Formats: sequence, C-alpha cells, structure tokens
Amino acid sequence: MENFIYHRPTKPADAVKAMKDAADGKFLSGGMTLLPTMKQGLASPSDIIDLGGLGNSGVEVGADKVTVKAGTVHANVAIDKGVKKAIPALAALAGGIGDPHVRNRGTIGGSIANNDPAADYPAAVVGLNATVVTSARSVPGDKFFTDIFTTALKDDEIVTAVEFPVPKRAAYVKFPNPASRYAMVGVMVAELKDGSVRVAVTGAGPKVFRVPEMEKALEANFSADAIGGIKVKASGLNSDMHASPEYRAHLVTVLARRAVAAAK
Amino acid sequence: MSAISMKVNGKAVCGAVEPRTLLVQFLRENLGLTGTHVGCDTSQCGACVVHVNGTAIKSCTALAVACDGAEVTTVEGLAKNGKLHPMQEAFREHHGLQCGFCTPGMLMAAVDLVNRKGKTLDEATIRHELEGNICRCTGYHNIVKAIQAGAENM
Repeated sequence: MENFIYHRPTKPADAVKAMKDAADGKFLSGGMTLLPTMKQGLASPSDIIDLGGLGNSGVEVGADKVTVKAGTVHANVAIDKGVKKAIPALAALAGGIGDPHVRNRGTIGGSIANNDPAADYPAAVVGLNATVVTSARSVPGDKFFTDIFTTALKDDEIVTAVEFPVPKRAAYVKFPNPASRYAMVGVMVAELKDGSVRVAVTGAGPKVFRVPEMEKALEANFSADAIGGIKVKASGLNSDMHASPEYRAHLVTVLARRAVAAAK
Repeated sequence: MSAISMKVNGKAVCGAVEPRTLLVQFLRENLGLTGTHVGCDTSQCGACVVHVNGTAIKSCTALAVACDGAEVTTVEGLAKNGKLHPMQEAFREHHGLQCGFCTPGMLMAAVDLVNRKGKTLDEATIRHELEGNICRCTGYHNIVKAIQAGAENM
C-alpha cells in the first residue's frame, strides 16, 4: 500500500474541509472495500480522511421511520431489536453481508457510497424507498445510485444517515456468491404503507434497478404467482465466471418470488 | 510517522507507525506478537482475526492508526497464568487443528461467537458463523466439534 496523509476529524465540517484541501483524498469508513483496494494498488489516495472519529453511529426507530446513522456497522443493524421489529428485512439483509468480522467493521454509509454492483444495501435503499441524508442535502434513494461504483455524492460530500420508511411488509432474498458472499443477485420486495410495491434488484446489473412490471403486478395481487411469468431482459446484465446474464435474469424472477412469499 | 498507543492483551503499548501500517503489522512487527497470522491478506481467510474493543475484526484490513486508544486481544491473550483458555484446550482435545495456520483466527472467532451467542451452540450455527474463517486443510469437522465443546467450558 502506498503511503498517505491520515486525518481523523471529529466534526463533519472538518472532514469536508480536509477533503477540499486534499490533492486526491478519499473518505474511509469501515474500510472493508477501500483498504483491500489500496493494498492491491488499485487506489492510492494522497489523503485518507477517516470518518470513524465522527462517532456517527446508531439506530433510531420511530413509528414510521428507521434512521440508521452512516457509521453504524452491519452487525449492529442486524441485532438491533427495534430494526428487527420494524423492518425485519433490513436486519436480515445487514446480517447477511460478508462474514461476522466484516459485519463488525463495515458501515452502511461506506457501503452505499462505494456502490458496489453486488452490494446488498443498495437493494434496501431503493427497495424500501429510503432517503439518503448527506452533509449537504437529502437525496431520494432512487436518485442516489447513478452508475457502477458511482453515486450522486459530490467529492466532498459525506453520507450522514439513511432514513428507511417502515413498510407494511418486505423481504430480501439473495443468491450469494459462495466465496465472497456478495450477491450474484439479491432482490428486495417491499409493500409500502401507501400500498405501492417496490422490487429492487442488486448484483444482476451494473447498479441496483427496479422491475416496474413486477411492481405493478404485485400491487394488483401480492403473491408469488403474480410475477411467475415476468422475466427481466438478460441484455446489459452482469457476466462473469460465476454466472451469465441469462442465469442472472432467471435468478431475478426466482428470488423475487421467494421474497414475495417471505415478506413480513 | 504517527505515535499510537493501545492496550494489547491487558498491557499498555505504544509505537510509531506510518499511516499505512496495518493493525496486523503493528502487532506482529512492532510488538512481536506473531500468533496473529496473515493468510490471504485480502480479508477473506480470517487467520488475522483479533478482538478490538470486544469485537472480532480482520486485523489485515484495519489501519493501526485507526485503532489508536483501542483495547486489543490477540491469541496470545487467551491463556492465563500458563493455563490454556477453554477454547484452546478444546482445540487440543478434539484435534481442531492440522497445520495450525488458521488456528489463531479460528480461536478468536470462536471466542467472539460464544461472547455473542452464548455457550450452547448447535453445529449449523457454528458452521454458519465460521463463514469468515477458512481452513485450507479443510479440517472443519473437528474445528466445529472443538468449538462446541470449548463453548460449553467457557
């Protein structure tokens, strides 16, 4: 790993300033992606601005909304009694990321800011119609993930929290890559309190996407059978040694059906 | 260089490190605690698992400077007064190691697992919780048995 200048600000404003002053700075949260990337020489930032000193961690559960602060590690979302009760699908998703030691370190803010196409949290943010709160503004989940490893965040903007509306029912089902546990495909299905349904797919494409045809069918009839005949197009989906685009397209329908059946 | 201090296995330690120094390097190279291993170096294998402020993390994927002020426990901190920790004793009793390379991480993951989920663990839970620890001898069968027995004796 190349060397860098290390900053550990205790206030968000200082973190933003350190980034503005840096030649080629990077924010560090849990480091579960950034540090391996730097070790492989794929990134060599001039400055690391460690957000761990902000102490921005914790979960607030209200009647209509669950707010997860950006520095909250996956393990703490997974075991939080309030989250388990309000949005069990969110707790289960967090508890399925990586492995126990990764979950003790990786954070929700880091995960969504990185926007790995196979990460789990983007499916929760879009599928549950969450709002991403940053150091500068609030961004609707639908507008946050713009492209592969790219988000609506400006270079000196920090995610501070994610606000999840409490749905009527939801479930997240993923087909994990057996080696990395990243989602080959993961589907979040949620029926929101206003009756609208969201189907958000991660792992299959360059970034998380919704399946409007399934959403419409489920709004009319929330049952696995209602979407059995709906397929997403394979063209444009991810292709690697683990799965072809056709296989991923097939998995989307299979997992969406399972998620509908499991929604609670 | 940054000056850092920690409590490692109950003992106050300090040192000067480059920002890029990983926690595992600090433990092994600065403190000479070579029980913590570097296996894959890509945060997959879990040979480097240590406890930081009471939770298990992969020390090959944490900056030492970021752990300034932390309380760290490594495999060297498990045995007390010359007596093996119950989990270490169980690994010996049940032949929970072959080449032994993954053992420090397995032990630290196992103790963390008991701390989180209690002393009564079924086989499925143990196997699931070991997702982040790889044994290239594939000696999982006896590792699982050892963890089950060690948990009961903790």
